[in-house]
Amino acid sequence: MATHTDTLVGFPPRASIRRRLAFTIGGFGALAIAACLLAPLVGSTRVHLGAVFDRSIPYADNIDAQIFFVARLPRVLAAALVGSALALSGVVFQALLRNPLASPDTLGVSAGASLGAIIAITFDLDVSLFGVTAVPLAGFAGSLGALAIVYGLSAARRRGTSAVVLLLGGVTLHILLSAVIAFVQYLADFTQTFRNVRWLMGSLDVAAYGPIAAALVPMGIAWTGFATLPRVLDLISIGSESAAARGVSVDRAERVALVSASLATGAAVSLAGPVSFVGIIVPHLVRLVVGAAHPLVLPASALFGTAVLIGCDLVARTIVAPLELPVGIVTAILGGPVFLWLLFRRA
Amino acid sequence: MATLPPRVRCARAAVALVTMAVAIATTSAGTWAAATAETPQRIVSLIPAATEMLFAMGAGQRIAGVSNYDRFPPEVDKLPRVGGLLDPNVERLLSLKPDLVIVYDTQTDLKQQLERADIPMFRYVHRGLPDILETMRALGDRIGAKSAADAAATRIEHELAAIRAHVAGRPRPKTLLVFGREQGTLRHINASGGYGFLHDLLELAGGSDVLGDLRQQSVDMSTEMILARAPEVILELHYGESLKSARIEAERLVWNSLAAVPAVKNNRVHLLVGDEFVVPGPRIVLAAGRFARALHPERY
Repeated sequence: MATHTDTLVGFPPRASIRRRLAFTIGGFGALAIAACLLAPLVGSTRVHLGAVFDRSIPYADNIDAQIFFVARLPRVLAAALVGSALALSGVVFQALLRNPLASPDTLGVSAGASLGAIIAITFDLDVSLFGVTAVPLAGFAGSLGALAIVYGLSAARRRGTSAVVLLLGGVTLHILLSAVIAFVQYLADFTQTFRNVRWLMGSLDVAAYGPIAAALVPMGIAWTGFATLPRVLDLISIGSESAAARGVSVDRAERVALVSASLATGAAVSLAGPVSFVGIIVPHLVRLVVGAAHPLVLPASALFGTAVLIGCDLVARTIVAPLELPVGIVTAILGGPVFLWLLFRRA
Repeated sequence: MATLPPRVRCARAAVALVTMAVAIATTSAGTWAAATAETPQRIVSLIPAATEMLFAMGAGQRIAGVSNYDRFPPEVDKLPRVGGLLDPNVERLLSLKPDLVIVYDTQTDLKQQLERADIPMFRYVHRGLPDILETMRALGDRIGAKSAADAAATRIEHELAAIRAHVAGRPRPKTLLVFGREQGTLRHINASGGYGFLHDLLELAGGSDVLGDLRQQSVDMSTEMILARAPEVILELHYGESLKSARIEAERLVWNSLAAVPAVKNNRVHLLVGDEFVVPGPRIVLAAGRFARALHPERY
C-alpha cells in the first residue's frame, strides 16, 4: 500500500529504496563480513589457522586456538557491536537533533557511562552481575542516569521546547558530567588516575564473551527501536510539524529514537570506553554513498560502523606491535582529518 | 644643630626604619640559610620513598610534613600532610616553615615557588634499583646524616646481595609482573617492562622479565600478548586498599581463562599484597624477598 511518505520531497520513493536497499546491504554487508573474517587472522602474533581448529591438540595446550578464540575473536565481535551501535546512534541523534554535528557523545549519555566507570575504578567498587564486572556495570548505570535526565529534557521539548534547546541542554549535561569526571579523577590516587586515563582512551580487548553477551541485551532493545525508525526519521529530520502533518506520532517516535540511541551508546561505551568519531563520521561517509534516506543510511551505517571499528582496532593492535595503542586514539587520529575533509569538502 | 623641618625628619625616620628592617631581614635570612645548609631540622618530604629513607637513617624526628600518599612507617600518621606530586599545597607547605623540601624533579612550578621563597630543596629522581641507594646516600649527605645513611644503604645492599646469592644458579622462570588490572577481569593490564626498580628487583630475585626487551616502565598488556609471551610465573601486585583479602582467591582465578599460559597451567599465578612493591625505598629488601619466595619456593 502506498503512503503519502512515498512522495516526500528530497527522499527517493519507497520502491526505489527497496531496490537500492539490496545493493546497499550487499555492498556494506560484504565489507563488514570481510572485516569480521579477516581481522581475527591478523595480529601481532603469527597464528596457524590449521592449529586453531586442530582438535587433536587439547585446548588447554593450544596457544593458537587460545589466541584466536580468547584474544582476537571476542575483540572483533566487540568492535563489530560497538562500531555498529555508535554509528546507528550517530545517525539517530543527527536526525533527532536536526544537527549534522550531533554524535553519541552530544547529549551526555556517553559522559554518564564514563562517569560511572571512573567512579568504579576510583572507588574500587566490588560488584558483579551475571559475570559482568563493576566497571562496565557502573558505566551502564551511569548512562541510564544520564538518559533519565535527557529524557526529562526531551519531555520539556515535547511541551514545546525546540530541538535546539534539547541540544543545548544535552551539551550542558555533557559538560557538567565531564566536570564531575574531573572531580572524581582528582580524588583518585596515582594508580587509579593512570587506570582512569587509560580507560578513557577506549579498549576493545574484552578478553571474554560474557561482557559481549551482556551488552547484547540493551543493544537488542535498541535495535528493536531502530527498526521502527527509518521512515519516521526521514520525516522528523525535515521538521516535526511536517512529520505530524503526515500522520507520524512525532512524540512517540522521538522517545523511541532517544531511548534506543541512548541505550546503544551506553552499552557501547560501557563495553569499550569512549571511542570517538565513529558515531559522527560513519553516518556522513555513508550518506556520501547512499544519500540521505534513513531506510538506507541506518543499515549501511550499522554495517560500515562495524567494518570501520574492526579496521581501526586492527591498526591499534598491529601498528606498534608487540605493543598496542588504545583504539580511541586510532579512531580520533584517523577520524579527525576525515571529518575536516568532510567539512571543507561541503564548504 | 639646626632644627630640621618636620617633613625631612619624617623622611629620615622612614629611611632609618627601612634600613633597619632590611638589615634585620638580611641578617636573619643569612643566619637561617647558613643553619639550614648544614643540618636541616624541619624537612618536608613530598615523596613516600624519601620519607622512608629519612626514617631508615634515623632522621624521622626531623620531618615536619609528608605527602598525602605516605603510609609508612606508622609515625607518618601524626605528621601534617601537604599534598602530592600533582597537587602540592604550597600554603600549607610554607606554613610548616621547612628548611628543606624534598620534591620530585618534575615538580617545576613547586620548585620555582620554593626558589622564590628561598627554601632549600632536594630534587628526587625516580629511576632504577641502583638509583635508590644512591639517592639514599645523597639525601643523608644533604641533611648531615652521611654516616647513618651510608650504613643503612650498605645494610640494604648486603641484604639484596644475600637474596641474589640465595637464588643464584636456579633456573630463571619467564615472569610477568603485573601491577594493575581491572577487578574481576583480564582487562586493562599494566605490567612492568624492562626498565625501573620493579624490573630490577624481579631480575635480582631470580626471575626473567618476560617483557624485559621493552624499555619502558609500564606496558599495557593485551590478552594476545600474554598468550604469545607465555610467562611461566605471573606475579600480580596489589597495594593500598586495592584488594580486600576475601577477594584474593577470586582474583587469582580470573587468570584461569588463559589456560594455555604455562603460569596458569602450572598454578604459578601469585597475588602479592603490600605497599613495599610501590615505594622504591628501604623496604625494597622485603619486596625482593617476597619475589624470590614466589619464584623459587624450593629455596625457602
